[in-house]
Amino acid sequence: MTDLFHTPLHQLHVALGAKMVPFAGYDMPVQYPMGVLQEHLHTRSKTGLFDVSHMGQVIVRGVDYQAAATALEGIIPVDILGLGVDRQRYGFFTNPEGGIRDDLMLANRGDHVFMVVNAGCKADDIAYMNASLSGVTVTEVTDRALLALQGPAAEAVLSTLDANAADMRFMDVATLSLAGAECWVSRSGYSGEDGYEISVPTAQAEVLAQALLAHADVEPIGLGARDSLRLEAGLCLYGHDINTDTTPVEGALSWAIQKVRRRGGDRAGGFPGADVILGELADGATRKRVGLLPEGRAPMREGVALFAQADDDDPVGAITSGGFGPTVGAPIAMGYLPVAHCANGTTVFGELRGKRLPLTVTSLPFIPANFKR
Amino acid sequence: MKYTEEHEWLRPEGDVVVVGITEHATTQLGDIVFVELPDVGAEVAKDDEVVVIESVKAASDIMAPIDGEIIEVNTALAENPALANEDATGAGWFFKIKPSDPSQMDGLMDEAAYNAMIA
Repeated sequence: MTDLFHTPLHQLHVALGAKMVPFAGYDMPVQYPMGVLQEHLHTRSKTGLFDVSHMGQVIVRGVDYQAAATALEGIIPVDILGLGVDRQRYGFFTNPEGGIRDDLMLANRGDHVFMVVNAGCKADDIAYMNASLSGVTVTEVTDRALLALQGPAAEAVLSTLDANAADMRFMDVATLSLAGAECWVSRSGYSGEDGYEISVPTAQAEVLAQALLAHADVEPIGLGARDSLRLEAGLCLYGHDINTDTTPVEGALSWAIQKVRRRGGDRAGGFPGADVILGELADGATRKRVGLLPEGRAPMREGVALFAQADDDDPVGAITSGGFGPTVGAPIAMGYLPVAHCANGTTVFGELRGKRLPLTVTSLPFIPANFKR
Repeated sequence: MKYTEEHEWLRPEGDVVVVGITEHATTQLGDIVFVELPDVGAEVAKDDEVVVIESVKAASDIMAPIDGEIIEVNTALAENPALANEDATGAGWFFKIKPSDPSQMDGLMDEAAYNAMIA
C-alpha cells in the first residue's frame, strides 16, 4: 500500500475518521463516520464536500485558444471552437472503432483549454494527446488539488467566500478568490445537484477545505456516496458504463455531439471513429444504455446478465452499474440492451443468485437534476 | 449468547435459538439496504447459505450456524433492513431455528472469545 499516491487532503481525511481505500492508484476516502447512506442524503438536502484531486487536470495551449481547440477537435467529437470564453462542456476521446477512450470536461479559459480527465486514464490521455496533437503543448497540472462542493446549499456556502460564485450559471467557469487562494471554479459536478468544482493550489487546499467544512451545512463525502449520487443522476462511470467498446450513441451520449460535428455540419467528423459514430447518429445504434428499476428490494450490481424472457438461454445485455439509490429508496441500475428492448416500461430479467428477477426499463436520470441553468 | 467466526450471534430462547449478526459486523458492512430471509419450515445444515444481506457497498451471505429447522423469520427486518444497523442484537434479529443437535452450540465462542477475535 505504500506505493499509493496521497492527495493534498489525505491527512485531513484521516483526521476526519475516513475509511481509506485504494482507488485508481490513490489512497482515497470511501466514507466518513456518517456513512454512505447519510452522506448521500446530506448531499441532496444540504451540501457535500468531495476530494477529487486524483482526477487529471490538464492545460492544452496553442498559439491561441482557436489553435488548441482546432487540434483537440481532431480527437474529441464535440464543438470546442464554438465554446464561449469561460464556458465548460462535456466530451470524450474516441477510438477508431467509435469507442470511448475516456470522458472529460473541457473549458475555454480565453487563451487555453483546461481539461479534467479520469484518474485511471490520465497518464494514457496525456501520452495520447502528446502523440496525436501537433502545434500544442499538453501540461498536466500537478500543483493543484480538485474539490467538489455539491448540493442545494453550495451557492450560499461558496458565496460566503467569494460573492461572485452566485453569479455563475451551470457550466460557467471563473477564477475566484476563496480563503485567500486563486481558484479555477466551474459550476458543475457529478451528483445531479447544483454545485461547483474547484481547482485550488496544493498549498492552500486544506485551508480551503477547512473553511468550507466550517459551514454548518457542509459535510465531507466519500467515494461511496459519490458513486450512488452519480448513479441516481444517470451519469456514466468510465470503465463501467462506457469504455473502449461502447460508442457515444450506444452510451446515450449523443447529446454531447453538437450539430456542427455531425453530418451536414461545418466541421462534421474529423475525429477517430467518425464513420461509425456519425453513421449511428443518423441511423441509430443496435444497443443503448438505459435506466433499469429492479422490482423488489434486491440490488442488482455490475455484471448481472439481462434476459428478454425469464426462461431464455442467452442474455441480451448486462448491468454496468447498479446498487441501492438512497434518494429513490429502491435499487437502481444502468445497463445495455438491444434497442428492441429499450422502450420505457419494457420488462427484462436479471439473473441474481440463480433466480431470474424482473426489471423495468426507465428513463434517466432517476432523480430530477437540480442545476442552476 | 454464543458467537461464530462469521460474526453471527445465537441467543437460546427455550428450545429455539435466535440468530442475527453482531454490531461489529453491521458496522463493517455499512448501511444495510436489503435482507433476504430463508423460508419458514426450511431444514438447513450448518454452513448452508440461508440469508443474503446487501449493504450500500456489497452483497454478503450469512451461513446457518447450526443444523435445524427455521421456525420464524423477522419480517420487520425484511421491510426495514436498517434495523440490523440500529439494533443488531435486538430488533435486527434474522431468524429463529430449532436445533436438531443442540450440542452444536457448545462448539461456538462465548462473548469473551468473540471480543478477543475482533479486538
